[in-house]
Amino acid sequence: MKKFLAVMLAVAMVFCMAACGDKQEANDGSANITDGAGMVFKVGATGPLTGGAAIYGQAVKAGAEIAVEEVNAMGGFQFDFNMQDDAHDAEKAVNAYNDLKDWGMQFMMGTTTSAPGEAVSAEAYADRMFFLTPSASSTDVIKGKDNVFQMCFTDPNQGTGSAQYMYEHNMGTNIGIIYKSDDNYSMGVYNTFKAKAAELKLNVVAEAAFTDATSTDFTVQVKQMQDAGVDLVFLPMYYTPASLIFAQAAATGYTPTWFGIDGMDGILTLEGFDTALAEGVILLTPYSADADSSENKNFVEKYKAKTGELPNQFAADAYDCIYALWKAVDQSGVTADMSSEEICEALVKTFTSMSFNGLTGSNMTWATDGTVSKSPNAMVIKNGAYVGM
Amino acid sequence: MSFLNYLVSGLSLGSIYAIIALGYTMVYGIAKMLNFAHGDVIMIGGYMCFFAVQRFNLPPVLGVIIAMLACTLLGIIIERLAYKPLRSAPSLAVLITAIGVSYFLQNAAQLLWSSNPKVFKSVVGNGVLTIGGEGGLIVSHVALLTVVVCVIIMVGLTLFVNKTKMGKAMRAVSEDKGAAQLMGIDVNRTISITFAIGSGLAAIAGVLLCSAYPTLQPTTGSMPGIKAFTAAVFGGIGSIPGAFLGGILLGVIENLAKAYISTQLSDAIVFGVLIVVLLVKPAGLLGKAVREKV
Repeated sequence: MKKFLAVMLAVAMVFCMAACGDKQEANDGSANITDGAGMVFKVGATGPLTGGAAIYGQAVKAGAEIAVEEVNAMGGFQFDFNMQDDAHDAEKAVNAYNDLKDWGMQFMMGTTTSAPGEAVSAEAYADRMFFLTPSASSTDVIKGKDNVFQMCFTDPNQGTGSAQYMYEHNMGTNIGIIYKSDDNYSMGVYNTFKAKAAELKLNVVAEAAFTDATSTDFTVQVKQMQDAGVDLVFLPMYYTPASLIFAQAAATGYTPTWFGIDGMDGILTLEGFDTALAEGVILLTPYSADADSSENKNFVEKYKAKTGELPNQFAADAYDCIYALWKAVDQSGVTADMSSEEICEALVKTFTSMSFNGLTGSNMTWATDGTVSKSPNAMVIKNGAYVGM
Repeated sequence: MSFLNYLVSGLSLGSIYAIIALGYTMVYGIAKMLNFAHGDVIMIGGYMCFFAVQRFNLPPVLGVIIAMLACTLLGIIIERLAYKPLRSAPSLAVLITAIGVSYFLQNAAQLLWSSNPKVFKSVVGNGVLTIGGEGGLIVSHVALLTVVVCVIIMVGLTLFVNKTKMGKAMRAVSEDKGAAQLMGIDVNRTISITFAIGSGLAAIAGVLLCSAYPTLQPTTGSMPGIKAFTAAVFGGIGSIPGAFLGGILLGVIENLAKAYISTQLSDAIVFGVLIVVLLVKPAGLLGKAVREKV
């Protein structure tokens, strides 16, 4: 019944948005002509701005908007950024994508999350729409699509990276994994981690899963880890369930080493979270809000002023996406009067040959399969702050 | 020992389901409507307590009372604005309205308090009781509190419905609205009071839910709400002891299934059991089969 209503609402919303889109297009068109100076590129994006995953979409939106303001302030060509809500739902994301196309989108800053990303990137591939996602990390998003790129690590990359790190640093005699079995992100990392762990002969002794519907009570999973004598628990998941796992483990006096991935970033800014629970947590992440560069400080300051919160990795990835798109547009010499297909071909060529410095890594390059190469940093949480290892 | 630990955490989870289910079943039993917004009232209760205790540094007891008052008020307002105008409408219209209210509350919470999760500090702290020394049975204070509160509420509600004048009026309205009205019972008032009680219970459930599983976000109430609804159906919707039994069983089955069969399939197992029970006893475990007169 809820689903039916959601679909009805979505249909109603699409009609509303379609109506708005038309109006906006007319406005922008006339503005372009009277303005004359500078080209305006229409950059579309979708992400969950409402619903359970809204935190990620909101972060991407804020991060991208800051970058758009900055690049537009530099003069030169301008970006007109339009982000639509997909509520972390593939069907709604495709509707939003079609809507953005009607609006006149020339290239796309991806979907925020993986499940909608898989659906929309297929459309973008068929339409020859250039597609760069900040954070949809599943390999299915980019697989077989030459015009689809990622700013974030792919999930396999994180899984193998984590196993490799544990192996090299000789961590954990008995390793356990708690993962979310109905989540592409978690499953992607889990599968590759397991494969790599087997290859490196890491001793994985316990595995426990949970789903979206059972993501509050972890007492059983924690107990299973404890009973199996696990001293290192790998947590391929976002920080919200992780915070519950830490609390419930602490309540039973279980204190293994926790090992997280980029989704763990943000746990320290969780309102009301007792950071002592996360003491000693290790995470592999490309971004940390307290990195000491002037670019990052500028970004963190603006982000705080805009949202009142510290940026997480999603926001930083989105910020980098806008700059990478800006650089690619600049280098390829495309113009705003070109069709999205022509822009796509030019950008694909530039993207696979350029190197880019951003908040989430330096000298990033993209392979033709759409994956980014940048190195994750291992961080450990000490006294309520991330510290490089 | 592991088994006992699983059982205890199942009982604690089940008690939370049971408290929520009591709210569902009260409203269904008396107003004959499924208040799908119940789960979201729980979420609002959680936020109220969170703000009172963690932002304004009030003592937890006061936080719970504030949450109860706010939710009771909210329940009355929802009933007055959304459900009362539909008193004589078909039940499907009320059901759809309830879903609408549920969406409204979730999105209003997201606008007001953002979608970022907040960590709720348990109202009784994070203490545990250990029975049988190292490796023994571990019972958290929250789990203990939940079970005790749940039993108190169940007994209190049963007494209220069976012994008081208001309770008698409620049972009368539940049996036959029209006849009750003819006997001089103010049906509208009775239904409003039912909502007020149900929403007050939701606040308690919200505080306990967030104390046991300390994240709070606008969607916090929806999944427990659905599970509790299932529990209410399981035990026989409309029956107060039924909701209690259904909630406890659901929690225990869920946790044991997770522990001994599969952490992934626990929900499938829970709902599988539900289907079997409903096939054998269509009215639920303690439900009364009411024959429709045609």
